[in-house]
Amino acid sequence: MEPYSEKVMDHVRNPRNVGEIADPDGVGEVGNPVCGDMMRLGIKVRDNRIVDAKFQTFGCGAAIAVSSMLTEMVIGKTIEEALRISNRMVAEALNGLPPVKMHCSALGEDALRAAIRDYLSRQGCELCVCGELDCPHRQDCEDRRRTREKAHAAAHGHAHGHGEHGDDKHGDDETEEGA
Amino acid sequence: MKRIYLDHNATTPVDPEVLDAMLPFLREAYGNASSVHALGQEARRAVEQARERVAELIHADSSEIVFTSGGTEADNHALRGVMMSARDKAADSRAGASPHLVTSAIEHPAVLNTAQMLEKRGQAVTYVPVDGQARVDADAVVRALRPETRLVSIMLANNEVGTLQPVEAIARQARERGVLVHSDAVQALGRVPVDVRALGVDLLSISSHKIYGPKGVGALFIRKGVRVAPLIHGGHQERRRRGGTENVAGIVGFGRACELSGRMRAESAAREAALRDRLEVAILERIPHARVNGHPRERLPNTLNVAFRFVEGESLLINLDFEGIAVSTGSACSSGDLKPSHVLVAMGIAVEEAHGSLRFSLGRGTTAEEIETTIEALVKVVERVRGMSPMYRDFLKGREAAAGAR
Repeated sequence: MEPYSEKVMDHVRNPRNVGEIADPDGVGEVGNPVCGDMMRLGIKVRDNRIVDAKFQTFGCGAAIAVSSMLTEMVIGKTIEEALRISNRMVAEALNGLPPVKMHCSALGEDALRAAIRDYLSRQGCELCVCGELDCPHRQDCEDRRRTREKAHAAAHGHAHGHGEHGDDKHGDDETEEGA
Repeated sequence: MKRIYLDHNATTPVDPEVLDAMLPFLREAYGNASSVHALGQEARRAVEQARERVAELIHADSSEIVFTSGGTEADNHALRGVMMSARDKAADSRAGASPHLVTSAIEHPAVLNTAQMLEKRGQAVTYVPVDGQARVDADAVVRALRPETRLVSIMLANNEVGTLQPVEAIARQARERGVLVHSDAVQALGRVPVDVRALGVDLLSISSHKIYGPKGVGALFIRKGVRVAPLIHGGHQERRRRGGTENVAGIVGFGRACELSGRMRAESAAREAALRDRLEVAILERIPHARVNGHPRERLPNTLNVAFRFVEGESLLINLDFEGIAVSTGSACSSGDLKPSHVLVAMGIAVEEAHGSLRFSLGRGTTAEEIETTIEALVKVVERVRGMSPMYRDFLKGREAAAGAR
């Protein structure tokens, strides 16, 4: 495997924002221990802005660094801004990830979306599965997500898959594996 | 920072005496062992002396040793050389079926991936399963034999968990049925006695860099009279069994490493076993939710594989590396796919536990002080990484809730 960047190692050595938010406004949990990584992200939201984020992660060095980096990136962002954070942006902020570890960056993005979705549903509004707040094609997106999920289940031989890893987005060209 | 190296199953440091033996052949004695002139003859003598030392360590005749580029080539040579040679008439008359190979589910990738290649070419392969301690059942191997079985390949000791395999019993019964037996002894050599006569094998793979020799050199033992097609075609080197100019310095180093191993193995193995046991006991005493993978007794003396629940192995590994301690893991995360070690999975260990496994493999240089330092660091690191784990948090909460309900 290619070596981890200095930045990744720094986040593994000193992970930022580890733990649980006492009274979170949204919680996202993705992945599962069978697949080797699982992340739980809690967010605190004030006036549509993420004011705090904390994570707990079971996973490799990349998964922990992605989780830690992500919390640094989302704190201070509005919900709309946070929704624009992609796995690629997290990987870039870490000065890159080895190709075999690119799928770990999807864990971060998925956890963030799941946390925001949870927050929004508590507010009584719903995010389309494609990740957009005001998506006009909700049924198409849902159909596509189901197809993805089936393919993932077939590829991995189990149904529960990688939590939200299979979620589709419009024009998504960022594949999970990267390599 | 003083580094503590507990990854001797991955590779070992070159012994200074080995290096000293090699250096002349990288400097002034640069001859090609196939050349007739004095420089060539000097190289030839050194290669043949090394061959005798290698043969002596495994109780073979020097004519039965073929030098290779390492253990992987030796495994490839054995499997492909037997399975892909022109089919002999006896096999043709026995059955119309394609040649059959019997191996185990926990072999090194050098064997497993070669077996898969043979399958793709239309050959039949049976992968005998293992029990929860990674032992292959000799009777299961015998039951898998068919009239068209050409070769049985079972490793002498598993590299990940250290479990020793009943190769002697397998070889006895397979040979009674006229089936050739190969054993990958790469991880066993230098840690337990390896005697090709006592084992009764026809083919055996060994590697230099696991026994304090240089990388890039190994050997395949081919019992006298056993016909194996060459893997590398070329010149007349190695009695036409392996083409290519001999890696003289590497071979000399391997020979010296074998000689040293013969002298030092028993004493070092006993010392390593005591330190390994100390490490094992301390881990189980001081770290909850940890379990040892592998056979409790029938195991390499230097190897300890432990699964730590609620955490992932690579993050433990990196955190130990921060403390200057080098180990390895069977977790999926460095392999590129989502599957953890095939060995741990074949043993029936839950996938989420397999992800949290670490392998400690001790060596000649390992000291009692290093083991104590490792224990302290490990206690700290497991606690730290578990502190980040959502599963551990849930587990503790569940326990609190259960206690509260009582």
